[in-house]
Amino acid sequence: MSLIEVKDLSVEIKQKKILQEINFSVEKGEVTVLVGPSGSGKTTLLRTLNLLQKPSQGIIKIGETSVDVSKINKKSTRSLRSESTMVFQQFNLFKNMTVIENVMAPLLLNKLAKWDEAHDIAKSVLLEVGLAEFQDKYPSSLSGGQQQRVSIARAIAVKPSVVLLDEPTSALDPELVGSVLKTILALAKQHITMVIVTHEMEFARLIGNQIIFLENGKIVHKGSPDKILSSDGPKRVSDFMNSVSTNNYL
Amino acid sequence: MNFDWHYFVNAFPELVKYIPMTLLLAILSMLLAIVLGGIITLLHFSHYKVIHWFASIYVSFFRGMPALVQLFLIYYGLPQIFPIFKGLPAIIATIIGLGFKQSAYLSEVFRAAVNSVDRGQIEAGQSLNIKSYKIFRYVILPQAFINALPATGNTFVGLLKETSLAFTLGITEVFAEGKMLAGDSFKYFETYLAVGLTYWALIILYSWAQSGVEKVLNTPYS
Ligand SMILES: Nc1ncnc2c1ncn2[C@@H]1O[C@H](COP(=O)(O)OP(=O)(O)OP(=O)(O)O)[C@@H](O)[C@H]1O
Ligand SMILES: [Mg+2]
Repeated sequence: MSLIEVKDLSVEIKQKKILQEINFSVEKGEVTVLVGPSGSGKTTLLRTLNLLQKPSQGIIKIGETSVDVSKINKKSTRSLRSESTMVFQQFNLFKNMTVIENVMAPLLLNKLAKWDEAHDIAKSVLLEVGLAEFQDKYPSSLSGGQQQRVSIARAIAVKPSVVLLDEPTSALDPELVGSVLKTILALAKQHITMVIVTHEMEFARLIGNQIIFLENGKIVHKGSPDKILSSDGPKRVSDFMNSVSTNNYL
Repeated sequence: MNFDWHYFVNAFPELVKYIPMTLLLAILSMLLAIVLGGIITLLHFSHYKVIHWFASIYVSFFRGMPALVQLFLIYYGLPQIFPIFKGLPAIIATIIGLGFKQSAYLSEVFRAAVNSVDRGQIEAGQSLNIKSYKIFRYVILPQAFINALPATGNTFVGLLKETSLAFTLGITEVFAEGKMLAGDSFKYFETYLAVGLTYWALIILYSWAQSGVEKVLNTPYS
């Protein structure tokens, strides 16, 4: 059985259908990349997996937790959320906490670890993203790229079943993009399951085990990068790829 | 112009003796206002409409009435209707009156401070599965506290000056003492100038202390 299974998921916001009949699955240890034009529903889909966005119907299963979203309540929301963490475009680090406090916060506030253990975990994940020496700084004194790497550290510290990343490099200056993409690639090498929204097509090709192409709230194509992102892949996708600039930051 | 310098200078030591009373009234009303204002802010964010309305009406009511009317209502009015309030000391009546009024202003300050915390901070907490009250306690509140400091300080400046209304209930604080000095000497200009300067000095000292506190608290993440 797959780690993530999404069945007939749909989302309506103010009577408007934003996502319709979304079906896909993600295997443990694999990376799924969501691509598609602006407004196609990529962010909404990611937020729905984390229940930051309330879906209107469908079934979401992540890890051990399966939720029929029409019967959702506080308890099932919390148990589904415990399976995933988000990395936001705008980082959203807690401004009032230092770097290491940010990483420790979810561990301590969810009682997943005692202070000493949380501190050790935080130190090791910060080392992993190359920011150990910044542990006592506040986020505002870090560059965007560093902040995003801290937020990645915070997201992996609780060892979720899946890390959801929404355009993690879109808010960054070009020279800072590479370090964040490399950090994410390193996670993929450790077989951390991820769902990533990105416009970096080279990166998508390199990291993705599965590409999902969304348009107008529906999945129009899905499959391996070779199938979807190659020049003789679906015409709609190659048109889209020609419309986004192809930078190679890696 | 016959400005009596000697009298003017000598008025200060007399006025200074009543600074403790002025400060007592201001500080205790402020503490009461912070507690009440905090509660009203929480009520304002309630999901229950009735509670939310109560908070709105509270704020509107206490903002909509002159402070002097409130003091008279509490000190002279309440004991007539509710005998339990007979013998309510004027100091307590003043603290209650000014405290309630100030709490209405403060709850608006606190509400704006909470609302100005970036929505992304809350979402980050939710996405990490942190319970709402903990997000509030450990993320929103500390940031809102910093946001609220300057405006809270400004309302305290207003309150400090409003304590001069306490003379109408027979409390001798800085202004009342000035009124008595002026009544005895008929040197109104010198006396009230000294009174005004005394308040001014208090407020300068206070503002200076506040900006010091803000600097210390702000440096880590502004
Ligand atoms: N809170 C909301 N209220 C109303 N409409 C919304 C809301 N959130 C999203 N939408 C709409 O849902 C659609 C999908 O938006 P979404 O942000 O998921 O797109 P996206 O694929 O992430 O786009 P982008 O590449 O620009 O980030 C858009 O038409 C958007 O206007
Ligand atoms: Mg988006």
